[in-house]
Amino acid sequence: MAKPKKKKNQTFTRRDFLKGFGGGAIGAAVTPSLLAQDKSALQTQEGKIPLFTKKQIALTVNEKKFTLIVESGETLLHVLRERLNLTGTKKTCGRGECGGCTVLLNGKPVYSCMYLAVRADNKNITTIEGLAADGKLHPVQQAFIDKDAYQCGFCTPGFIVSSVALLNTNPNPSQEDIKKALSGNLCRCGSYVKIYDAVSAASKSTRRP
Amino acid sequence: MKDDEYIPFNEEKGTESIKLDRREFLKLLGGGIIISFSVGDLFALQQRRRGSGYPEDFNAYLRIGEDGRISCFTGKIEMGQGIITSLAQMLAEELDVSLNKVDMVMGDTALCPWDAGTFGSRSTKYFGPPLRQAAAEARAVMIQLAAEHLRTSQENLTAKDGMILMRKNPEIKVSYAQLAKGKKIERHLEKKPQIKHYSKHTISGKPADRSDGRQKVTGEAKFAGDIRLPGMLFARILRPPAHGAKLKNVDTSAAERIKDIQIIRDNDMIAVLHRHRDVADKALGLIKAQFEPSTSKLDNTTIFNHLKDTASDGSAVTEAGNLDAGKGLASKTFEKAYFNHYVAHAPSENHTAVVKIEGDKATVWASTQAPFRAQGEIARVLGFPSQNVRVITPFVGCGFGGKNQGPQIVEAARLAKLSGKPVQVAWSRKEEFFYDTFRPAAVIEIKSGLSSSNQIVFWDYHNYFAGSRSSQPFYNIPHHRVLSYGGWGGRGGGGSVHPFGVGAWRGPGSNTNVFAIESHIDVMAEAAGMDPLEFRLHNLTDDRMKRVLRAAAKKFGHSFSKAPSGKGYGIACTDYLGTYLATMAEVNVDKRTGEIRVDRVVCAQDTGEVINPEGVRMQIEGCITMGLGYCLTEEIRFKDGRILDENFDTYEIPRFSWLPKIETVLVDNPEMPPQGCGEPAITSMGAVIANAVYDAIGVRLFVLPMTPARLKEALKKEQNVAGDKNRSIPLPTIS
Repeated sequence: MAKPKKKKNQTFTRRDFLKGFGGGAIGAAVTPSLLAQDKSALQTQEGKIPLFTKKQIALTVNEKKFTLIVESGETLLHVLRERLNLTGTKKTCGRGECGGCTVLLNGKPVYSCMYLAVRADNKNITTIEGLAADGKLHPVQQAFIDKDAYQCGFCTPGFIVSSVALLNTNPNPSQEDIKKALSGNLCRCGSYVKIYDAVSAASKSTRRP
Repeated sequence: MKDDEYIPFNEEKGTESIKLDRREFLKLLGGGIIISFSVGDLFALQQRRRGSGYPEDFNAYLRIGEDGRISCFTGKIEMGQGIITSLAQMLAEELDVSLNKVDMVMGDTALCPWDAGTFGSRSTKYFGPPLRQAAAEARAVMIQLAAEHLRTSQENLTAKDGMILMRKNPEIKVSYAQLAKGKKIERHLEKKPQIKHYSKHTISGKPADRSDGRQKVTGEAKFAGDIRLPGMLFARILRPPAHGAKLKNVDTSAAERIKDIQIIRDNDMIAVLHRHRDVADKALGLIKAQFEPSTSKLDNTTIFNHLKDTASDGSAVTEAGNLDAGKGLASKTFEKAYFNHYVAHAPSENHTAVVKIEGDKATVWASTQAPFRAQGEIARVLGFPSQNVRVITPFVGCGFGGKNQGPQIVEAARLAKLSGKPVQVAWSRKEEFFYDTFRPAAVIEIKSGLSSSNQIVFWDYHNYFAGSRSSQPFYNIPHHRVLSYGGWGGRGGGGSVHPFGVGAWRGPGSNTNVFAIESHIDVMAEAAGMDPLEFRLHNLTDDRMKRVLRAAAKKFGHSFSKAPSGKGYGIACTDYLGTYLATMAEVNVDKRTGEIRVDRVVCAQDTGEVINPEGVRMQIEGCITMGLGYCLTEEIRFKDGRILDENFDTYEIPRFSWLPKIETVLVDNPEMPPQGCGEPAITSMGAVIANAVYDAIGVRLFVLPMTPARLKEALKKEQNVAGDKNRSIPLPTIS
């Protein structure tokens, strides 16, 4: 076994891999030649157990393209928070009970804590950080401010993303529609009254004449 | 222990600290105009903070910076209750600046003076008045400086929107920024300056933009778990399966084979650390460990008998008259028992902390309600002087009393020291449920009597572990006694009353007490042949309480009849530390499924002067919404030291779909100083729903939560045996 190669294996990490592209949220698409260099990262170190199998995926997050190597059991939430540093999406229950980690995947709301990153390959993802455009808040975000629809703010990103998903498919929801669409999101502070007001207001502001 | 000791301060202190006096502390702040002031019972606080290293004659200050911005420095923290806005409103009002000129600097032990912690709906009530006075003092300093600057007398000047101007010629003016430029003035608030009459307010008492809004809707708001540091490791810690279970043996060999994993064993703590959270999770799963079984043999079905059996001697919380004399006056007597189970705080944000150690200095980011307490604990654990430990409180994702204690902070500090790297400890939801300091299970027994004219003539109240807050009768009862057999605190474990930690939970003590008191009032109202509202008014002399009752009834738009009317209407009222409220509810009971649906809740609250009306309404709505949980579903199920609820699938908290129509009435009382509003309205929820259920179907539930199983059981027996003297209580079996 060639020692230098082994050493490289030991030091090459996912973080290093990302760092190669400037770290943090990198927008540029990765060229195949760069990826080819990472084959070593797919191998496990001698004497160490292969805990995960790895796979390369490409995904678009908030209109920026990323290509990265993910592990088979890695969740989309983990990729967003720990690798792309998009910490607006929250981990609350860790198993799809509370909606705090909701993101849009090809326009549909998903619990990112339950969604494997490998399944997000070639998908288009929008997180809370991607809703405002050119510094202007999305109408739902503005409505949450106008209607005081948050308290501690921890569940707020999930609620806003779920609300955006609702209004994208149903621009004029009834009271029952709103209750139903947002019942997968939990707010412990008990802000549902004001969240309801905000979503109602946003539905009016986004309604086409 | 005393109930109002929210934080059970043990005498754990940092190692000897160098003490800063006020002048030295403020010197660190740079230029501008600084007004320092004291909040609350400062002397009592000082007794607890000996050795903390902070100056002891003030615990908050505000600064007018050379740029004209106003900063208020306080050790209080924002966790959703909205004081970041209401305190800023009070400051802006007295200082005559616009709200957007005010920055609240909160919960940072390096920048803020010592503070006991944020709990008990106390921030606006106790912090507000001295803050107003300090702002008025700052305004006076501005006028004084302007008089020199404009070469005129102070009487000719007035303040408006961050400017001092001539009364007769407002064109002649000077800004706060100009006045503060190049100055370094420090004043300590000694006397109480005149503050504005509420009728002159233009910012306080009005709706306000919240400064945290944009950050919270864009995902920019940072919570402790969002802190990322170079080289930071995520730690997961091996946990016992049950409280009181001791580690027998452990095999970490499989986990050790994971690349770059670090395993730390330090006395009782075994932790795995990795730069990726998910790898640390997997490594933890590879540890094989065996534990001795817990010595606890308690579960939900045995806990109430256990509480009564282990109770200490009762001590009187209050008493008046003579119970025997009262009994002599009674034509009807009543004896009932009320039961409440353990509930979890279940905050949105799990307990989280990040600790970075450089040399003999530590920097900490933590989700905590008590940053200075955390500072002292970390200093002790690391052996650092207190002032070398800086605790920064980012936004906190719910507290409700559950973040008064911060064991995760100590864990992160120990691991940061041992690993030599910055460490993040973020509890999983399962850990959150396991290590929560639950609201204690409790038993209340009430004996009472009515005279022939339907006056309550005696009231004998026995409180087992609810905590004494809100246990004092506010009805006009000549002969009464309230006995407490143990409060709501306690760390749990061997020899303790509870098998796990218990502590303050939004409205500590009061949720159980008000459930018992206000249910019992309805029991007597029915026997008196009176409607529940009329019976309450008949037995009250407190006009403030009568006013909130009438305000709620008016909004509800219904005149009561004697229960059960079949309509499903309920009423309850209470006094929570000076905030008065009355709640009415309408419920729908499905006798077949046992499900209770709450359709409408009206709450009239007199919270004294209102600073931020929308903020107060939001807190009332939040209390009502959150309160539905402990009334209907929330109950920690446990057995032999194990916590059987690990997530929101079995521990159901209120969902959007449960949302009743909620209406709030702010009963006008501006002459009274502002009272707390983060907790009061949650405390009446148990009784108002139990009373409404009784009105709907003529069956009373004596146990919270009122689950479908309990309701069906009660229906089957037509009476709930738990309310009888016989203490065998039908409870659902644990799956």
